[in-house]
Amino acid sequence: MAFENWMLLSRFLIQASLLKLVTSKEVIIKKRVISAVLAAAMVCGLLSGCGGNGGGKASADSDTFRIGGIGPVTGAAAIYGSAVRNAEQIAVDEINEAGGINGYQVSLQFEDDEHDAEKSVNAYNSLKDWGMQILAGTVTTTPCIAVADKTAADGMFEITPSASSTDVIKNDNVFQVCFTDPNQGSASAKYISDKGLGSKIGIIYDSSDVYSSGIYAKFKEEAASLGLEIVSESAFTADSNTDFSVQLQDAKDAGADLMFLPFYYQQAAIVLKQAKDMGFAPAFFGVDGMDGILTLENFDTSLAEGVMLLTPFAADASDEKTQAFVAKYNEKYGETPNQFAADAYDAIYIIKAAIESANVTPDMSVEEIGTALKGAMPSISYDGLTGSGMKWEATGEVNKDPKGVVIQNGVYVSID
Amino acid sequence: MKNKKLKNKITTFLIVIAAYAIVEILLLTGNMSSLLQGLLVPLCTYSLCAVGLNLCVGYLGELSLGHAGFMCIGAFTGAFFSVTTADVIQSDTVRFLLALVIGTACAALFGFLIAIPVLRLNGDYLAIVTLAFGEIIKNVINVLYVGKDSQGWHVSINSQAELGLEPGGVTYINGAQGITGTPHSSNFTIGVILVLIALFVVYNLTDSRTGRAIMSIRDNQIAAESVGINVKKYKLLGFTVSTAIAGTAGVLYAHNLSTLTALPKNFGYNMSIMILVFVVLGGIGNFRGSVIAACILTLLPELLRGLSDYRMLIYAVVLIAMMLFNWAPDAIFFREQIVAKFKKGGREV
Repeated sequence: MAFENWMLLSRFLIQASLLKLVTSKEVIIKKRVISAVLAAAMVCGLLSGCGGNGGGKASADSDTFRIGGIGPVTGAAAIYGSAVRNAEQIAVDEINEAGGINGYQVSLQFEDDEHDAEKSVNAYNSLKDWGMQILAGTVTTTPCIAVADKTAADGMFEITPSASSTDVIKNDNVFQVCFTDPNQGSASAKYISDKGLGSKIGIIYDSSDVYSSGIYAKFKEEAASLGLEIVSESAFTADSNTDFSVQLQDAKDAGADLMFLPFYYQQAAIVLKQAKDMGFAPAFFGVDGMDGILTLENFDTSLAEGVMLLTPFAADASDEKTQAFVAKYNEKYGETPNQFAADAYDAIYIIKAAIESANVTPDMSVEEIGTALKGAMPSISYDGLTGSGMKWEATGEVNKDPKGVVIQNGVYVSID
Repeated sequence: MKNKKLKNKITTFLIVIAAYAIVEILLLTGNMSSLLQGLLVPLCTYSLCAVGLNLCVGYLGELSLGHAGFMCIGAFTGAFFSVTTADVIQSDTVRFLLALVIGTACAALFGFLIAIPVLRLNGDYLAIVTLAFGEIIKNVINVLYVGKDSQGWHVSINSQAELGLEPGGVTYINGAQGITGTPHSSNFTIGVILVLIALFVVYNLTDSRTGRAIMSIRDNQIAAESVGINVKKYKLLGFTVSTAIAGTAGVLYAHNLSTLTALPKNFGYNMSIMILVFVVLGGIGNFRGSVIAACILTLLPELLRGLSDYRMLIYAVVLIAMMLFNWAPDAIFFREQIVAKFKKGGREV
């Protein structure tokens, strides 16, 4: 990168000096010719200046694995991308400190995609110029679908920490760390039915969000076959996610005794608050997006008492791995990691496990690494922050057990 | 006078063709980074948008903040056509060309329909109505579910489940998740050809009798009416052509990515304003400027990736600096001085 900028800078300097020459009266060339030459020089400079790294792929150091990450670190979804970037960095630093993967060091480069498919493809191309061999991304679903198309074309191995739609894994080179949306929906319905948590169910979901509507659609389907009665279902969108009194009133009037809330914790916090204000006290059941509600600023955690959620990760779990990760994350970035961070941390270690199992080396081409890792994935089993004994289908879907937790006295307690 | 205009036109075409030639040479010699290769089609897309909007803002004199909405219509109709006929029409090129025609036509149709009531307004009022219209398009597409099974087509505006598809049915438009699996048919050559066609259309339009009528309405509507110009007709014409070009850009956009969603980011009013920024920066009424500004402002944030966290900040600063350099009176004076120096240097030959 720095190299590119220097090239650009030097080109500009040359052009500037040319301009000076031109303006000094000694030079006798027609003005128009000069400006044409200048324009051409500028275009060439601009284009080839950033093309300078094009051939750099072959000369990538043969003793380092280059892992790329893509996610939103600016814009509305920045909190997810930043969490993933931080956690990936922690994992990579740990691996390098411990001697790397099979003795090879790992370098990580993370690019911003602003939660936009087009920008995500740009980020991917930019990482390719950097010499990326494996992609640990992208964070959000829609951009991931666009990028997955590109990685499939290049034969690159891709593992996404948190893009949960099934469209993401339709190519065989992409694997997920998180559950797919339908999996979460059906797991939630089964869980509620098996444990007898409620009989009249009210649902609020975000119709403008792929994640939320994906879970909702599957939940509804599964609930019907399990004989759960859905008495109220109402939607909101990204533009109307600050007031839920209408939806809650509807559920209250319908006599719901369990509210299913398949969306993120920021909105869930408002729902809980408004439900309490109107004296509506059903059981609340969330999915992994609910994780984070206890660390939300200015949120009265007593509101979340008794809320149940399915989550692969709980920051206050007592196992050694989680505690070490949370402590490290806290020390380095000053906040408690969320589920995205945990997924991303696992993603890097899963790549490590796959590399070790397939015995690939950094001097292999992107396609060779991709094919080898793809083949190795179904045979590995990994214990991480977000599940133990995680295994993968060849399709890219992960098999791990959802953990049901209930919030008691401000901490997660396992329901089982 | 006429000669100068012609020269101006030819220069613009030559610049586009020269840029195309340079890019192709760099591509053939393998000197172009993947980042830039990926940006080639978006460059054409945004150039098209800017040219389209410039016709509306610069010649019709009406401020539209809904062009992202028309781009959205073009994108969705084009992509919808492509995914539904993927099995029927085997040839990628033929399918894409048809999608282009359909997307452009749909955007033009909507532009026309919207323009009938809306062009009774002007100035700020028109800007706000078009802004609202763009948002409506985006929101409608976000709740639209379209699928097909052996029973035929199913449409819903509530949920995918409500489509009631038989097993084996396919959902083509899935609400907020949009259209996935659009074939990747856009390429730089087609993009450049479309830009050239759009430039050809707008140059000829503005240089014709029709164009002069449109401009006369912009300059003084009452005077134009008094000499018997059909104000409504020419306004409609100008606006429709402008939206049609935005629709073409949308089709190009949709066929460059395998996923198409109507997010505030890509088809919201922010995008409309971005297109307006291209137009204003490049010069209102100056098509060549629009193309150049669109290219520079699309390239800039990507070329600044090296600055990582400060990227968007620097981008904003550069935008302000460029706007000042281009349009501040002092900056214009400074530039004129430089140009005068040039001329002096030349004259001493």
